[in-house]
Amino acid sequence: MANERDDNKISRRDLLKQGVWYAGVIGMCGSLGLVAGKAEPRTVWQIDPDKCIACDKCASACVLGPSAAKCVHAHAVCGYCKLCTGFFEPDPNGLNTGAENQLCPTGAIKRTYIEDPYYEYVIDEKLCIGCGICVKGCNAFGNGSLFMQVRHDRCVNCNQCAIATACPADAFVRVPADDPYLLKNNDRKAP
Amino acid sequence: MRRALQWLFMLAAATAAFGVERFPPPDFTNGYKLPVTSVPPARADFFNYIDVGVLVLALSLAAYLVIWKRSRRGIAALTIFSLVYFGFFRQGCVCSIGAIQNIALAVADRNYALPLAAGVFFILPLLFALFFGRVFCAAVCPLGAAQDVVLRRPVKVPGWLAQPLALLPWIYLGAAVLYAAMGATFLICRYDPFVAFFRLGGSTGMLILGAAILLLGTVVGRPYCRFLCPYGAILRLVAPLAKWRVTITPDQCVQCRLCEESCPFGEIRVPTTGENVKRREGRGRLAALLALLPVLVAVGAWFGHLGSVQMSRVDPNVGLAERLWQEEHGRVKGMTDQSKAFYKLGQPNAVAYKRALDIEEKYRTGSLLFGGWVGLVIGLKLIALSIRRRRPDYEADSAGCIGCGRCYWSCPVERARLGDPEARKMLEEQEWLR
Repeated sequence: MANERDDNKISRRDLLKQGVWYAGVIGMCGSLGLVAGKAEPRTVWQIDPDKCIACDKCASACVLGPSAAKCVHAHAVCGYCKLCTGFFEPDPNGLNTGAENQLCPTGAIKRTYIEDPYYEYVIDEKLCIGCGICVKGCNAFGNGSLFMQVRHDRCVNCNQCAIATACPADAFVRVPADDPYLLKNNDRKAP
Repeated sequence: MRRALQWLFMLAAATAAFGVERFPPPDFTNGYKLPVTSVPPARADFFNYIDVGVLVLALSLAAYLVIWKRSRRGIAALTIFSLVYFGFFRQGCVCSIGAIQNIALAVADRNYALPLAAGVFFILPLLFALFFGRVFCAAVCPLGAAQDVVLRRPVKVPGWLAQPLALLPWIYLGAAVLYAAMGATFLICRYDPFVAFFRLGGSTGMLILGAAILLLGTVVGRPYCRFLCPYGAILRLVAPLAKWRVTITPDQCVQCRLCEESCPFGEIRVPTTGENVKRREGRGRLAALLALLPVLVAVGAWFGHLGSVQMSRVDPNVGLAERLWQEEHGRVKGMTDQSKAFYKLGQPNAVAYKRALDIEEKYRTGSLLFGGWVGLVIGLKLIALSIRRRRPDYEADSAGCIGCGRCYWSCPVERARLGDPEARKMLEEQEWLR
């Protein structure tokens, strides 16, 4: 074809190109080694319950539907109240155990009689949508034993968590993957 | 007595501060056992190694299919696999495009632990590009795959539109690196138009944006890749150095022009003819543009400086401080979730103001650099446009070609190689005509 060149001679452009190429290969292999060498423990997203203000962003902002953030119950902190303000409308005046006063929009909390005057509250996670209504009620008038947590059987661990972006309280933090929960005081172990 | 009361009061204050145990947990008499709060574990580590393994295999297979096997069908099959695995199965995370931000944050913030997968996903496609060109874009990237499978009737984007649009990836890259390094947000992940589809759910705005891009993608080949993707911008720098790269023809170009219209992305470069290389004129223009480059950088930096406060508003801390100030001075009524959350912490507003001012201070430098970067990108683009290289044959653009393999089958030399008698006949005629 038109450009017949002396093949033994390397042009300046080619020399430069080759130099950059070798530098690139060495640099990338080096940084690959560096990345693999100082691999830090993997982290996942979690909600700091002390910062959480139980807004409804967890239910709406998560890329999953329903959200990966759900309400969990630290039974050891729970007061087993008969009139639980996380379960019933937290209105101290008109508070009674009528079914119309139940808070949870999906009926995900199960209330069982244990012994007088104590009732147990258990969350059915399949139904929980993470709206935080019960959390708000429990924090306002109760012990705060209901709180939001990212459930890692659902969370896909996005690089930029959509709830973390939306969280008004900056409560989303990264925690080590081998200890991925920030549970409330669980000192009181089951007997 | 008084001391004891004081002591009791302090104790009560302390429990109130923690805000729990208003009702002491009961001591049950009927042998009731406390249920244990379940803690399902996070995804095991070895899945990350599987992701990296699949990436290596997919990149190697893509290189083989693009460079040696020259099989469009194989590339398309691998594209579907990547869409299913990295897209729908892994739900679009981890990806190389987003990994740019992890790298930027890791460089800027020593305390940030760079995830192993993010680091590897950033480097490996670039390393492969040094050897085989952009085979990552060809068949491994799930975002590219999503657009590739919807492409139906590609129209040519005219140069006057395509060239300015091609600046966007560089500007997007600059903005993404800036905001990631500042620790404000991961812009690329936040505005990833396809991740909502991969996860079959997301905000309405992002779903509409994604649908719009996919709809546009039926007539404009890979609009996100060409006019937005910041990782593609980095790959454009590396791909021209590739050891092996896409050649339209497997042998010698016969200049039949049949491949001219085969590239849906407009990345086939036609041979230069004598007339369009006017050296003297071109040299003058190049000198002028080289002189213009520092001016453009300075102008860009100045504009960036002017917009520094606007740029800092992306950081939620700045928005919060502005809101608190407005609430404090009675400019607005009520509270937002953000301000409520801040008041709950019990800190004075001055803490938030101080934090916001510190962040704005950082953005004074950051916006200057970003503006300068935009100027630099525009200047270099103008220079690149005025450099003309001699090109004897039809070639795939060394930076822009993503190796989809659509042009192979349009080449009669390729068809003859694969044993198409009609193509062989045509070639014989062609050579006979010469």
